[in-house]
Amino acid sequence: MERAKCLEVIYPELKDKLVVTIMGACAQELYNLGHRENFFYLQHAMGLASSIGLGLAKHLPKEKIVVLDGDGSVLMNLGTLSTLARYRPKNMLHIIFDNGSLLSTGGFASHTTSGLTDLAMMARGAGIEHVATAVNPLQFGEAVLDAFERDDFSFIVAKVQAIGPDKFGMDLHLAENAFRFRRYIQEKKQQGLKE
Amino acid sequence: MSVSYENSKRVFEGIKAAGIKSVSALPETWLVHLLQRAEDDPDLELIEVAKEEEAIGIAAGAYFAGEPHLLLMQNHGFLAAINGIVSLAQLYHIPLCMLIAFRGHWGEPYPWHTRGGIITEEVLRALGIPFEYARAPENVAKQIKEAYTFSQSSLSPVALLLTRDLMED
Repeated sequence: MERAKCLEVIYPELKDKLVVTIMGACAQELYNLGHRENFFYLQHAMGLASSIGLGLAKHLPKEKIVVLDGDGSVLMNLGTLSTLARYRPKNMLHIIFDNGSLLSTGGFASHTTSGLTDLAMMARGAGIEHVATAVNPLQFGEAVLDAFERDDFSFIVAKVQAIGPDKFGMDLHLAENAFRFRRYIQEKKQQGLKE
Repeated sequence: MSVSYENSKRVFEGIKAAGIKSVSALPETWLVHLLQRAEDDPDLELIEVAKEEEAIGIAAGAYFAGEPHLLLMQNHGFLAAINGIVSLAQLYHIPLCMLIAFRGHWGEPYPWHTRGGIITEEVLRALGIPFEYARAPENVAKQIKEAYTFSQSSLSPVALLLTRDLMED
């Protein structure tokens, strides 16, 4: 399964959600589908995408938050799994694209290669209740729809190939992305107050 | 020596008076009374992390959400959070208001705190993080409010070092 295909499958569903992605290929593939003001690309600080998601989810209970994480990134912040289990943000979906590779930094094998480290099992061990694994786009799409209907914290490991986009580049400065993402949220909040 | 109950109360009242609605923290001895108050306050969202770097992400999320947020940590936790501070907060111009227990300095009896204590100020300077010392209990509320205001106007991390004078009796 290709990550780009997974992103294509869920892209229409992301229209009204707050999306936080990790760096590199994942960010680029989402951007290539068409940037939206509700997307934030964390192009560094590996491991913190899910912590940003938790901060958003706890302070914006009416919003749905989707975090697009990777095996290499989440392995840098495993404590996040237990923090997410403890605070259980009902309005958050945490997706890990597990390609068993540090693809964006030279394609070195990550610890999940060959099935040695099982991120889904680690999530369960951390105390996360709703954990799913997907190996094809249909399974992935269904797991995501289940998660959105569930109204509880959900965690999906999507097994994908270690391939990324041919070219990298965004017409969006990092700080500009942060400013616009925040403005999008604040305007939506204002709108909500008016309605 | 024991952790000052009265001054912890002052710090907590300062946090509330500054309009802070949520706090991320990792428990540490000097912060014990403070965290107890935060836990007991129904109007304050407290998120305890497994490692301090997580709190940088949570603070960024709170900032995007528009909720006044403050971070409580020990100076060794600050040292553990540096990549998040540099590559999330500073890179993306996200404010952080950090209250840091300044262990391992003048009067420190525990050897394990000393190296971190000795280098804390130099690391803050190297990172270009403005900092102040909270020593007098009568000033601490004002200092917290000023730290928060400055973090928001500069879109930068700002640190208020909670010293032994303030935190111990």
